[in-house]
Amino acid sequence: MPLSEHSPLGELERPDEFVDRHIGIDAAAEKHMLSVIGAASRQALIDAIVPEGIRRQAPMQLAEVTTEAQALRELRDIASKNRVLKSFIGCGYYGTHTPGVILRNVLESPAWYTAYTPYQAEISQGRMEALVNFQTMVCDLTGMAIANASMLDEATAAAEAMTLARRSVKARGNAIVISGDTHPQTLAVIATRAAPLGITVITANSGEEWQAALAQDNYFAALAQYPASSGWLADWSSAGEAIHAKGAAFIVATDLLALTLIKPPGEMGADIVIGSSQRFGMPMGAGGPHAAFMACTDAIKRSMPGRLVGVSVDAHGSPAYRLALQTREQHIRREKATSNICTAQVLPAVVASMYAVYHGPEGLQRIALRVARLTAILVAGLAELGYRKTHHDSAFDTACFHVPGRAAALMERARANGANLRLAWDDWVSVSLDETTQRSDVELLWHIFALDGQTQPNFDALDRTAPSRIPETLRRTSPYLQHPVFHRYRTETDMLRYLRRLADKDLALDRTMIPLGSCTMKLNATSEMIPVTWPEFANVHPFAPADQLEGYAELDSQLRAWLQEATGYAGISLQPNAGSQGEYAGMLAIKAWHAANGQAQRDVCIIPESAHGTNPASAQMAGLQVVVSRCDAKGNVDLDDLRAKCEAHRERLAAVMITYPSTYGVFEAKVGEICQIVHDHGGRVYIDGANMNALIGLAAPGAFGGDVSHLNLHKTFCIPHGGGGPGVGPVCVVEDLVPYLPAHPLDSAAGKVGVGAVSAAPLGNAAVLPISWMYIRLMGAQGLRRATETAILSANYIAARLCDHYDIHFSSGLERLRGGGVAHECILDLRALKESTGISAEDVAKRLIDYGFHAPTLSFPVAGTLMVEPTESESLTELDRFCDAMIAIRGEIARVASGEWPREDNPLKHAPHTATAVMAQDWQHAYGRETAAFPLTALRHAKYWPPVGRVDNVWGDRNLFCTCPPLEVESH
Amino acid sequence: MDLRYTADHEWIDVSTPDSATVGITQHAQDALGDVVFVELPEVGRSYAVGEAAGVVESVKAASDIYMPVAGVVIEVNEALRADPALANTDPLGAGWFFKIRTTGALDSANLLDAAAYEALVQSA
Repeated sequence: MPLSEHSPLGELERPDEFVDRHIGIDAAAEKHMLSVIGAASRQALIDAIVPEGIRRQAPMQLAEVTTEAQALRELRDIASKNRVLKSFIGCGYYGTHTPGVILRNVLESPAWYTAYTPYQAEISQGRMEALVNFQTMVCDLTGMAIANASMLDEATAAAEAMTLARRSVKARGNAIVISGDTHPQTLAVIATRAAPLGITVITANSGEEWQAALAQDNYFAALAQYPASSGWLADWSSAGEAIHAKGAAFIVATDLLALTLIKPPGEMGADIVIGSSQRFGMPMGAGGPHAAFMACTDAIKRSMPGRLVGVSVDAHGSPAYRLALQTREQHIRREKATSNICTAQVLPAVVASMYAVYHGPEGLQRIALRVARLTAILVAGLAELGYRKTHHDSAFDTACFHVPGRAAALMERARANGANLRLAWDDWVSVSLDETTQRSDVELLWHIFALDGQTQPNFDALDRTAPSRIPETLRRTSPYLQHPVFHRYRTETDMLRYLRRLADKDLALDRTMIPLGSCTMKLNATSEMIPVTWPEFANVHPFAPADQLEGYAELDSQLRAWLQEATGYAGISLQPNAGSQGEYAGMLAIKAWHAANGQAQRDVCIIPESAHGTNPASAQMAGLQVVVSRCDAKGNVDLDDLRAKCEAHRERLAAVMITYPSTYGVFEAKVGEICQIVHDHGGRVYIDGANMNALIGLAAPGAFGGDVSHLNLHKTFCIPHGGGGPGVGPVCVVEDLVPYLPAHPLDSAAGKVGVGAVSAAPLGNAAVLPISWMYIRLMGAQGLRRATETAILSANYIAARLCDHYDIHFSSGLERLRGGGVAHECILDLRALKESTGISAEDVAKRLIDYGFHAPTLSFPVAGTLMVEPTESESLTELDRFCDAMIAIRGEIARVASGEWPREDNPLKHAPHTATAVMAQDWQHAYGRETAAFPLTALRHAKYWPPVGRVDNVWGDRNLFCTCPPLEVESH
Repeated sequence: MDLRYTADHEWIDVSTPDSATVGITQHAQDALGDVVFVELPEVGRSYAVGEAAGVVESVKAASDIYMPVAGVVIEVNEALRADPALANTDPLGAGWFFKIRTTGALDSANLLDAAAYEALVQSA
């Protein structure tokens, strides 16, 4: 019935209107796509592809779907249950002013937040320049030789530094010595990570204990926090010498703002330096996301974990950025990788780097000096009020006061005055100031500490007399941030244009489909993103009292309940701040469960050869021994081999890790049997949730045999990829494993024991959780199921359109379906074409750039192939644009095959084509300029010009350079 | 030169057991692609047969170098460390990895002659 002015209200309201905004395929498009595939209906297609045995018995029970406006209102109500007090807690999280130009043009800009990890260098030059700025900033401020492109948080960075040290040093001891005045969340995560690796953690709670511990021969590394958690500043140079004398590594956890004023760790003999860049413009967000950092000496750079952006050259000899030293990483090294982390915190790292670019060294120093001045005035005033005993005499931004018997009362009085202090130890209260602190805040603190009737100190008088708390000997003398990039963009106009210029170099979801297989690059809707920077979510400290974080508690509990319904699991933790961390937490849970059942000897984890490299890397970190099982020619787990390996390890089998649908994009019919075999041999089944976008609403892994899964909220549940982070990797478990979910010592609400902390903050990357909440709230059970079915439909449509042009590597082999039937992604095999024409999958990936596309996943999970995942969000028009490009490229390959174009001189081998290359006066190729730049007519109306030609990976790895290139190179 | 090969695509020149040179084969360098980095063993250290004694890396792959026979490392190729591309351009010559004084048997079954190695490569 068409709508009219007589239609009743019920017909005029569309509570599910967002579903049609999120899903790109409407009824007419669906009908057409089904006809191309050869399926009678969407239901018939799903029935043919998704095995009956794993299907949900009942639909998901979720809240009734609602509109964007209404969902935002509901979330606003939840957010308002958080209470934003002035935070003087410190402990790694500080108030900061995000410059408006960075807030709007980076943090809230889809050009930055919808980008993917910069594997395809040519379309990622903008964000890689920002990341090189980040690396340069970290190197300069820490005084170290090399820094990576960010870590997940400060605590996991410290744990990664521990394992980096262990790989790198001569000392054969099995202990790590840690100064007790280190942030408690760092100590907690190190304890979690050390246990399965058999590392002993020795905490030194006094100067004497520290000295005594360093005199021993049993340690391979020692870690000190500088400035310390309670604020004091020590010269660690002699500790560095003592540690090196034992052949061990010296790790320093530090603060970037403090380092603008104090001697950098690199000048104290540090081998590895870690910390958080949060206070460079990223809101506290109840704990994340923030970019932690890691820097190290040149000698151990090849053992460093994480992403590293390096400078190389392109095909024309111009400088170009690329990811360097990827052979360290899990996707190549598997269980021998330097870490299981695949992602970083790119978006927060870009914010931090731009904060430094915008303020420059003078600006940063002024901010730091102001914080230090305010701290000196605060301390002097409190001394007048009788608080003369501080934990140490030195301070940058934090001072710790002895308040015998009065700590609880002071904390309470502070809260009554709208402020949070930190209880550092019994009878010791610490106060941290930051960029947002005002004079009035210092006076408020005096008021809180003053006894009735005491006269308030005079601010201006103390400003004239209060001595600096930074020791003379620790004042920084070395320069930093001298590269021109930190001096060029002081005005907002210049900064705005710099950000725009960088963003324009890149391809993100705001410009094109990103058909990356196994990455699920779906819509990150604006309404989902908006709440992230609401003050009630953004400006709360992760360790604030529970009664100030009730909004987050409600968000956490609702989101977990919905995800449990979607996955069929009994318990979930949202603490892991990346998929890899969820995997790790899951393996810890399985191990702890076996140990609790008297089966501590179970330490073997079987992983099929098709698995993502993160699986073996995570298992290894959890102290499990990896055994690889085979796959058959169709890409399915080889059941006989699995059974034989389970049998061979039946006394020691801890777990089997599988991915479902498989990394090859196939629904294996025998998944139930796989689970049964594992359970029969005493193991638990880990189902990697990377491909959950093919399951939600159709099948629940917790119901079809899985014991543990992790989700990637940044894939299936719409958290954007941020150019390589933040992510969220909830770990989901069945009933008997619930007690072994991660806990957190600073989670004031939780009382559980768990397997310890896996992230610095109890809720991990808390501030991005509203995104997934909004998505589920807006889609409802039916919308989510339709999204899954549409994702499968779209992948099958692509397979159907391309199967006459390319080999579809794995499929369900259904003859009645064109393309054979795939899950939510499909693999195009180019190996035979490479053999006959010399054109590789990489050439096709780069040629797609000339057609305006981000490439599909290259050479994973099978070398020499491209894996395409369209997701449900792309329209038929965009799917066709992609298929047309792929078919046109196939035609180009045919011209190479026929000999029309030479194997080494054709538009594929020279792709991508920059404007400079196409406009060159001298054009000496076997193909025309027009073919190079405008192979399809439609490109005349919307053309993406890559800023660089094909990047030379080999040159970059042979000539490693990971900071801002000198100007003469830039202008080369 | 008296070359033997391993299934891990390494060669060892067994003509002088007190100073046997080890490197990677033509097939290995071809499969790896452009070598960008090598990690060489410590001179003076002794290794068991099959023990990982080094690493060779390209931009897309990394492989351990396993000891073809037990022995003590007496020399490493510093030129290769400085210019890893030698492993591509001259794998059997200037791109050698290290020399060992062998302490294990040279006739063990895991060392293949040229014909047997060629057959292995063909069958892969």
